[in-house]
Amino acid sequence: MARIGVFVCWCGSNIAGTVDVKRVAEEAAKIPGVVEAIDYKYMCSDPGQNAFRNMIKDKNLTGVVLAACSPHMHENTFRKAAIKEGLNPYFVEIANIREQVSWVHEDKEKATEKAIDLLKMMVEKVKRNKPIEDVRVPLTKKALVIGGGISGIQAALDIANGGVEVILVEKEPSIGGKMIQLDETFPTLDCSSCIMTPKMVEAYQHPNIKLYTYSELEDVSGYIGNFNVKIRKKARSIVEKDCTGCGDCWNACPMHKNVKSEFNVNLSERTAIYVPFPQAVPLIPVIDRSVCLHYKKGGKCQKCYDACGPKCINFDLQDEIIEEKVGAIVAATGYDLMENSLYGEYGYGQFKDVVSGLQFERLLSASGPTEGVIKRPSDGKTPETIVFIQCVGSRDPEKGVPYCSKVCCMYTAKHAKLFAHKVHGSQSYVFYIDIRATSKGYEEFVRSTMENDGAIYLRGRVSKIYENGGKLIVKGADTLSGNQVEIAADMVVLATGVIPKKGSDKMAQMLGISYDKYGFYTESHPKLRPAESSTAGIYLAGMAQGPRDIPESVVSGSAAASKILGLFSKSEYEVEGTIASVNKTTCVGCFYCQRVCAYSAISKEEVKDRSGNVLKVVANVNSGLCTGCGACVNACFSKSIDVRGFMDEQIFAEIKSLAV
Amino acid sequence: MENNNTEKNQNFSDNSNKGITAQNKEPRIIAFVCNWCTYNGADLAGTSRMKYADNVRVIKLPCTGRIDPLFVVEAFKKGAKGVLVSGCHPGDCHYTSGNYHSRRKYTAFRDLLSYLGVDISRVEFSWISASEGNKWVSVINDFTNKIKSLPNNSDIFSKK
Repeated sequence: MARIGVFVCWCGSNIAGTVDVKRVAEEAAKIPGVVEAIDYKYMCSDPGQNAFRNMIKDKNLTGVVLAACSPHMHENTFRKAAIKEGLNPYFVEIANIREQVSWVHEDKEKATEKAIDLLKMMVEKVKRNKPIEDVRVPLTKKALVIGGGISGIQAALDIANGGVEVILVEKEPSIGGKMIQLDETFPTLDCSSCIMTPKMVEAYQHPNIKLYTYSELEDVSGYIGNFNVKIRKKARSIVEKDCTGCGDCWNACPMHKNVKSEFNVNLSERTAIYVPFPQAVPLIPVIDRSVCLHYKKGGKCQKCYDACGPKCINFDLQDEIIEEKVGAIVAATGYDLMENSLYGEYGYGQFKDVVSGLQFERLLSASGPTEGVIKRPSDGKTPETIVFIQCVGSRDPEKGVPYCSKVCCMYTAKHAKLFAHKVHGSQSYVFYIDIRATSKGYEEFVRSTMENDGAIYLRGRVSKIYENGGKLIVKGADTLSGNQVEIAADMVVLATGVIPKKGSDKMAQMLGISYDKYGFYTESHPKLRPAESSTAGIYLAGMAQGPRDIPESVVSGSAAASKILGLFSKSEYEVEGTIASVNKTTCVGCFYCQRVCAYSAISKEEVKDRSGNVLKVVANVNSGLCTGCGACVNACFSKSIDVRGFMDEQIFAEIKSLAV
Repeated sequence: MENNNTEKNQNFSDNSNKGITAQNKEPRIIAFVCNWCTYNGADLAGTSRMKYADNVRVIKLPCTGRIDPLFVVEAFKKGAKGVLVSGCHPGDCHYTSGNYHSRRKYTAFRDLLSYLGVDISRVEFSWISASEGNKWVSVINDFTNKIKSLPNNSDIFSKK
């Protein structure tokens, strides 16, 4: 027999000013099953909570309904108070008579009627509640970080320094990501590889980090605390433990003309057996089988093998599949750059001296193809005039990139500054739409590029670039002066925008996380849960979420790490008990529920008799994966599945209580 | 005991009679809303002190994907003159795809409703996010006015 207590909160005059709280309490007392109903000035105050606890105790209540503010405000407060009196917290329900009654209606009579209705609904609901226990899920205290760029490395190091084992998976032969390709970094101009390589080495040598480079995620299953991952470790054709990284092999490789270096963004060549760059971590070469003569010409060429002292080259090595069990995952898969060829008017790919921002980084870099001397790709001459064009592949809805890539204003200012430092007497022009320099020291940095380094900023777009007498003629508009301008430049640098990593949608589908229309991963909440994905146990970091600069990427890596360390600080993970459950007696095993479940929380379970014969196959809900959305309930033809806290019986009772 | 309860029930109805007499003019609307977007949108209308028609009674569910079409039928059977279903915008569902399930179900459900004799314009389907308090207000007001303007509010199962 239900024994329900009812409290009607005044919330000062917030509710009592518009709702006749006395009458609501009087009406509530008449509802079958209600043993006491009182009104109270402030239920959330200490005395209010005491009154709540005392009534549970004194009247031996089986359920409580509060007519008060939105359940999103104080539901938890009262559920916790109920636990202290030994009442299952899910037997506390709130009728929202403030946000959805007193604050939005003016007619006191009608507002009171509505408040009574909402209260009746909740009384009928709470009467039909079943005790719900929160579910506890065991945790495998080991993390997987996908992506060895700066944010992934930061996340891995923070987790590892917290005493937790980490598996770091990187697709490329070396970790370092995009940051290791950069020359100097804005706004402090510290050299990227000087600050990046120590981190890479630290991650490589950390006792808690297991590094898989040249490896890709193959499959993910399971749920928070209990993910099973398969990693494909692609064959490097090198016995890694024997390799000393001496370089004899790549110096012996005959293929040194035809393959463009990815690391130098096609500005130089590499061999078929190669390390992407001299500071690669790990410093172990890889054979690119798509170009290696050994594989293409039936094993004839083995010059690298002959040159190798420790004989660690093995042409027959195969991909390995490594299985690991982890409790949490960080997706830090990074970004790609917009395809410049989409902008035909700039002549990228047509004119050799029109380069992308990242290519210019390589031309500036001391480890780059020109050893830090700025040279034109066409003839190797040092340019004296460079035109920089901003927003190439950013803020351009026509090209499908309406968003701002965030870093281009700053790296263009940096490029112009470094150009002025390296080529004295040179001149740079920057075409921009707006200058976005919003972080610490950024605005000052751009100002100093203009004022100290003489870069001329022109607000407007470039309409056409063509070649004439060894010069690139840049035609554009200066919208501030209203003039058309024509600049004869030696080089043009496009401030290429940022797009999601190719295949990020596939990765998101594999992980079961959501992504936006561009392909950037979506946060669980854009403001309050920026490090979490929509799926429990999977966290986000770096540019995979959207354009951001190095400090922000580092912060996001640390944020993901701290979330994981927080998760792992408990022995078990607690899940709210409002999840689906299956009536295995009536389940007919049609598995429509499985089809609609967005979380793969429903699996097949065999029901056996005593001698082990399978009687039937029924649905089983994995409580670690289920979020209690209830989509399965409506898919079930035999009404064998229900969501605790929102059961059919309860909803129908709520509707019935509103009968007129 | 059973008698007692019935008596109590009747008392209860009698006491709220004032509201019910106005009922003929004031149709009851039941809104099935999701916990994450629309319920918060309605809360926002409250915290912003916006005013709207008081005909609506909100039933909160985890997700629009939880809404069984039979809830809607039951609502009409119990005297509701209009039913609103509202959840997160496409792509915003807290549970990834519940709102799509709901939308698909609604499309199929319209025929059943017609078969039952109910004018399908009595069911409104909308997306209202947690930041759209103003949209909640306009949806409720517009829908209430629409229901009030429909004929046969006394017997909605009698569409001809």
